[in-house]
Amino acid sequence: MKDIDSVTETAIEFEGVIKRYGDAVAVNGLNLSIQRGELVTFLGPSGCGKTTSLRLIAGLELPSEGRLLIAGRDVSRDPASERNVGMVFQSYALFPHLSVLENVAYGPSIRGLKKAEAHDKARTILDQIGLGGLHQRLPSELSGGQQQRVAVARAIVQQPDVILFDEPLSNVDAKLRRRVRSEIRALQQEFGLTAVYVTHDQEEALAVSDRIVVMEKGQIAQVGTPEDLYERPASAFISSFIGDANLIAGRVQSSRFTGAGLDLPVSGNDGPASLSIRPERIALATGGTARIESATYLGSRMEYGVISGGMSLLVSRPIPETRLEPGAAVHLQIDPAGVIRLD
Amino acid sequence: MKQFDRASFGWLGLLLFSVLILPWYRGGDFGASALGEGLGTQPWLLPIAVSAVLLAGLALTVDDWRRHVAILPLSIAGLVLMTLQGFAIGLNGPLIPGIAAIYPTAEQGQSGIGLGGLVTGLAFLGLISDALAARGFCRGERFAAACVVIIVALLSLFVFFPIIKLGTAAFTDAEGALAITPFLTRISGAELWGLACLTSRYSCGVVINTVVLGVLSAAFATGLGLALALLVARTDFRLKRTLRAISILPIITPPFVVGVAIIVLFGRSGVVTAEVADWFGVRPGRWIYGLPGILLAQVLAFTPVTFLVLLGTLEAINPTLEEASGTLGAKPFVTFRKITWPLLRPGIAAAFLLAFIESLADFGNPIVLGGGYDVLSTKIFFAVVGAQYDLGNAATLAIVLLALTLAAFWVQTRWLGRASYVTVSGRSDAGLAAPVPRWVRVAAIAAVVPFVVFTLAVYTIVLFGGFVTDLGRLDLTPTVSHIWTAFSFEIGAEGLRLYGSAWDSLITTLWVSALSAPLTMGIGILTAWLVMRQDFFGRRAFEFGTMLSFAIPGTVVGVSYIVAFNVPPVDITGTMVILVICFMFRNMPVGMRAGMAALAQIDRSMEEASQTMGAGGARTLRDVVLPLIRPAIFTALVYSFVTAMTAVSAVIFLVSARHNMATAYIMGRVENGEYALAIAYSAVLMIVMIACVALIQFAVGHRNLGRRTELQGAPAAQTAE
Repeated sequence: MKDIDSVTETAIEFEGVIKRYGDAVAVNGLNLSIQRGELVTFLGPSGCGKTTSLRLIAGLELPSEGRLLIAGRDVSRDPASERNVGMVFQSYALFPHLSVLENVAYGPSIRGLKKAEAHDKARTILDQIGLGGLHQRLPSELSGGQQQRVAVARAIVQQPDVILFDEPLSNVDAKLRRRVRSEIRALQQEFGLTAVYVTHDQEEALAVSDRIVVMEKGQIAQVGTPEDLYERPASAFISSFIGDANLIAGRVQSSRFTGAGLDLPVSGNDGPASLSIRPERIALATGGTARIESATYLGSRMEYGVISGGMSLLVSRPIPETRLEPGAAVHLQIDPAGVIRLD
Repeated sequence: MKQFDRASFGWLGLLLFSVLILPWYRGGDFGASALGEGLGTQPWLLPIAVSAVLLAGLALTVDDWRRHVAILPLSIAGLVLMTLQGFAIGLNGPLIPGIAAIYPTAEQGQSGIGLGGLVTGLAFLGLISDALAARGFCRGERFAAACVVIIVALLSLFVFFPIIKLGTAAFTDAEGALAITPFLTRISGAELWGLACLTSRYSCGVVINTVVLGVLSAAFATGLGLALALLVARTDFRLKRTLRAISILPIITPPFVVGVAIIVLFGRSGVVTAEVADWFGVRPGRWIYGLPGILLAQVLAFTPVTFLVLLGTLEAINPTLEEASGTLGAKPFVTFRKITWPLLRPGIAAAFLLAFIESLADFGNPIVLGGGYDVLSTKIFFAVVGAQYDLGNAATLAIVLLALTLAAFWVQTRWLGRASYVTVSGRSDAGLAAPVPRWVRVAAIAAVVPFVVFTLAVYTIVLFGGFVTDLGRLDLTPTVSHIWTAFSFEIGAEGLRLYGSAWDSLITTLWVSALSAPLTMGIGILTAWLVMRQDFFGRRAFEFGTMLSFAIPGTVVGVSYIVAFNVPPVDITGTMVILVICFMFRNMPVGMRAGMAALAQIDRSMEEASQTMGAGGARTLRDVVLPLIRPAIFTALVYSFVTAMTAVSAVIFLVSARHNMATAYIMGRVENGEYALAIAYSAVLMIVMIACVALIQFAVGHRNLGRRTELQGAPAAQTAE
């Protein structure tokens, strides 16, 4: 199927894809290209269209309008069974009536391999992924982490054009998540897979992705590397969705911003403006016009609610600093490099 | 990239083969195909052959032919041409004036379609579905698209078409012309709506009779069902298990058997009647024939249904609600009246409506016990088979019955859909159900005891009545003479020879049940899968249509099948095929419900996983879905089998001398007053049925266990990571 001469670097291409369900629009004009070997995450609140976009790639939904290309081929009207994608489902979706080996060999045997060959192929991949001794188990006899690895093995056994992860960590124990997500990332890099990953957890997205696509109401809000999104959010939505942020409304006059009792140097035109300031970019000194409203001990840091100029701001400080009590008068010291002007 | 996919070329090959070679008409020879007959005396078949050849030519010459603009219109045109000619030219000539001008030979008419016509239609449908799938129908999934299109076509042919035909029959006058007056005359008559019974000795109209019977029988059955449900769910009553067991009996009992047993008990020469006459010196009366008898039989037959519905409702009430009421200081009686009772009300309404609908549809008991009390279902029957053969009248009555049933269904879904307070959630409901107040318990026991006594008496009669010399005269000498009349045989030089009068009907019944059960299960489960898992234009209408076929009373189905299928193009009355088809479409909604319930329990991403690994719809269904919903398959199989063995209302119209069914045969014996033979045969039928169900369980359940035992036995200890 793959034509050697026209190997493109683009693995997946969305061209103005729209998906409607009756009157509701789930995905509204998506344009995006995903490079070969890249791990791209769709991130957004529930109902933003991220899972629909993933299912469009899988062929589990067909676009209402627009074109979708995988490996240079227009697959807009092809059902899932005629595409070459692997998918790891949120629930893993392992077949409970088949053994681990049969689960992994299912795809190869569907695609025409003899039973023995399919089993050999499945054995190889299971050994590579560290599930060597569990071939004859039923999925119900495996731990959650093992089940997840079987699901991954099953998705990559056929060398798919792309592997899709639909919230793969949502059924993993909170303590194991960090480990499993780095396993997924390592595996993706080891096999050189093109991967699309869906999550609503921004920390998870920052940790695994080459690029993140933040979606809102069926449209792309911003695309960029994890650093881009955290350090240079394009909108208030992005800055508050990725990490915590203080959104401050005010006015700019002669390159100085005033609002919420602050007076900061900013660039750009005069007029009404809003700023985004990360909580860890604000330092507190005693004495001043602002007042501590609440102080919460979080183990690794202190979180303060501070009232400044009538606005409530979130401030995050490392523990070794002197602890401040609610009611204390404080002065806000803001690192200008941490100030982002929105709009 | 030119893909020659086998599936689509399969439809094309099938189309060409049928159009060129298979006999178009029923009973034709090979070669007497659409082409052969079309070039001969039936030129109206030629356009069909031409569109088939055009389709094949196009597919071979263009790239990616499934998406070619001409494929869909051509396939639809073929199907439309087929349908048009079928209905335009009947057995004795043109049905639409003007056809003879184009085709002079149409004056000679044509017979019903055969293998060729059937396969051609199927192939056109397959091609339509393929073309639709290529345009994104069913998410491009071709197997699912084909199933949807073919099932819609089958439902149109075997559910909607007969009903429409029935409607036209009701509007047809004596000369066969369409007119509204005969319908109005028939439907407004005193025969239907008369209230003479209130003021005189004459009987009321048949609609009034039907509704009165339905309301009374539903009220009594609901009351008894509620008493049973309260005893089982909310008391420590000792006979709980017996009550549950009794509730299963009517499912395997042919509907009129209860009626027959009642005659044997209370009829003019009945066991009880004779004793009572002896003791009190009263003359044996005929009071049981008519409303009292039918009512008694129906209450006994429907109480188990209402019991199951109300038991379900009671068990779904979250006991913490009643506990909360208790902690707030309410006495048990107050809790029952203020909490339990309001929560039960929707269940009671549902049970009532269900029993009402069953009573409307019941044919067996009214015909056995009716006497002079006519109800719609029996009146329809006599209008068709009686001396006064009047199809127009039968069709009108059938429409009234259908309207009543649909109205009840409508009330059930519309009104109850909103009123349900069932409080089932995923969380476990801790807490103990409150016991019912004492007086409720006493009342329930008082109601239930006679019911249990009656039921036991009825089933004692059914089990033993056929094996004693004469139950009516209390001659209890054991005998096999009744059974021998029905099932005598001889093993002689020519091998086994069956002489008994009942063998033919028993063998036909077994054949029809064995053929229809897997087909019914198949179409039911497939439809459930389509409705639950596929996403296609018109899915809701599709689901509604399949459920509608369940709402149509058996008598209405019977009449409508006679009206629709005793003339070409689909001419199948008097065959075994019509019996099998009738059961298939009447019982498919049950298989469908079982399938839908099972599928709701199964994570659909397993099927999606199978698809992303390259499996098409058929493969996914076979490898993933079916192994996981085996219990639903079993339920659907058993239900369709048992219903086919015991149903009487629809088949009584469709049986023929050659293909008689057991229930119809037994009805005949009852009409002749041969009660012992009828009861003996019923007992045999029930035993055969239980044996068959055991066999199905062995076949379906056995594979289930065999597949997995060795793996279940594997060490399962090291599950920790």
